[in-house]
Amino acid sequence: MAKFLSLKDAVAENLHDGDIVAFEGFTHLIPHAAAHEAIRQGRKDLTLIRMTPDLVYDQMVGMGMARRLVFSYAGNPGVGLLRRLRDAIENGWPNRPEIEEHSHAAMANAYEAGAAGLPCAIFRGYRGVELKRVNPNIKSVACPFTGEELAAVPAIRPDVTFIHAQKASARGDVLVEGIIGVQKEAVLAARRAVVTVEEIVPDFDDVHPNACILPCWTVAAIAQVTGGAHPSYAHGRYERDNAAYLAWDEISADRTRFAAWMKANVLDVGPDVFAGRIAGL
Amino acid sequence: MDATPNEMMTIAAARALKNDDVCFVGIGAPSAACNVARLTHAPDITLIYESGTIGTAPDTLPLSIGDGELCDTALCTVSVPEMFRYWLQGGRISVGFLGAAQLDKFGNINTTVIGDYHHPKTRLPGGGGAPEIAGSCGQVFITMAQTKRSMVEKIDFVTSFGHGDGGDARRKLGLSTKGPTLLITDLAIWQADPETKEFTVASLHPGVSREQVQEACGWKVKFAAQLEQTPPPSKLELNTLRDLQARTKAAHSGKGSR
Repeated sequence: MAKFLSLKDAVAENLHDGDIVAFEGFTHLIPHAAAHEAIRQGRKDLTLIRMTPDLVYDQMVGMGMARRLVFSYAGNPGVGLLRRLRDAIENGWPNRPEIEEHSHAAMANAYEAGAAGLPCAIFRGYRGVELKRVNPNIKSVACPFTGEELAAVPAIRPDVTFIHAQKASARGDVLVEGIIGVQKEAVLAARRAVVTVEEIVPDFDDVHPNACILPCWTVAAIAQVTGGAHPSYAHGRYERDNAAYLAWDEISADRTRFAAWMKANVLDVGPDVFAGRIAGL
Repeated sequence: MDATPNEMMTIAAARALKNDDVCFVGIGAPSAACNVARLTHAPDITLIYESGTIGTAPDTLPLSIGDGELCDTALCTVSVPEMFRYWLQGGRISVGFLGAAQLDKFGNINTTVIGDYHHPKTRLPGGGGAPEIAGSCGQVFITMAQTKRSMVEKIDFVTSFGHGDGGDARRKLGLSTKGPTLLITDLAIWQADPETKEFTVASLHPGVSREQVQEACGWKVKFAAQLEQTPPPSKLELNTLRDLQARTKAAHSGKGSR
């Protein structure tokens, strides 16, 4: 049953050193506030899973929290490269995480397989592609009916998944709207799920019957953090802060500047700063 | 009102799309071309971004494949697993439109690393949706600015499969889709040869010479016997592109950052 906690307690109770953890949100609803709390709590040796590492993993990798990365697109979307992640992979600074790289189709299928309780995902993909050569977790199976060779990857089963969402109801059900990405699959694939929400409302009586709702009994903890996705966005609430994504390219280019930014904007502040960050968006 | 080479590229790429196409849009140059097509000769084109937005019609170009405006203006938005399983793998997409960091003459694309995979000189973002877009769309169009460094004899890593080493390489791998058929650069329009599958220059953009195309390409370029000239951008095409880019620039510099 979902417990309503402060962000600090929600992260402390559910994320431990060495965990396999997914902070999901496909460009939309990225749980930045929760990741910043994990950074403040100094978690380490994590296996970080995200389809698009985005700024959030660039920051966690730059802070040395990642032992292993599982991803399918390690760019700053529309801007370019992730410079902290590059520095880690190319130069081993501050450490050199292991990487397991996939395509989006593979990871989307692998989350779905995790949610479905299957050991692996099977799909038509990776044909002629070199990732197969460098990632031993990409294998093939023959369809038992047609003989067609299909790609297989292990299901994703995080110890804990963090997502951001628009709303929770008073009893702890969670509503996700807009680009829903893999939010539902990432929660249902995980042993525990922590959700940050923009708002807590009495009930979901006015919600469309086919809405994307995660029942309270699929979620371990909920913390309300207004603006908690910034510089990602919450559909219907505030827009993506594209200028911040553009600015990150410069902030992250230099180790000293990155460290100063993290101290001023993450380590020395708390989750309430996010509400101010979305003003005007 | 002369078009820059980049504007010519975007407009030539836009012209390749048809009104009844269902197009899976890559970010960057493809996104601009697809939206110019929608705003000019192909108003009913279905644009799909991998974030799950089907039939989207953004007023400004998205910075990411998941900007909110894509969802706001879409016919519907599905989950990412559904997007890749039902719509892409299910064979519903007629054209995939991709960019490339490195490309070879058979349309194989590298967006993963420069140098060795395990000890890269430059770590690039990786494949994202592209490996399966290249495999499952009816055909693939590629658009990129030409340089000797980006169009090379041998790419460092095959992120997305084009025609392998040419000929019937796709069929041998069990791929029934056409793969890359068209390459639109800032200098020319290239078509995949029906037999060898090698990209062959079919049309030079206005004012561009064969020598210029060869100078900005790392492999020995083949030219079609009947080499054409790309019609220059019309006033409507150029105004549409410039207005779109001006709106986009204004929208993306909106809020400062901490």
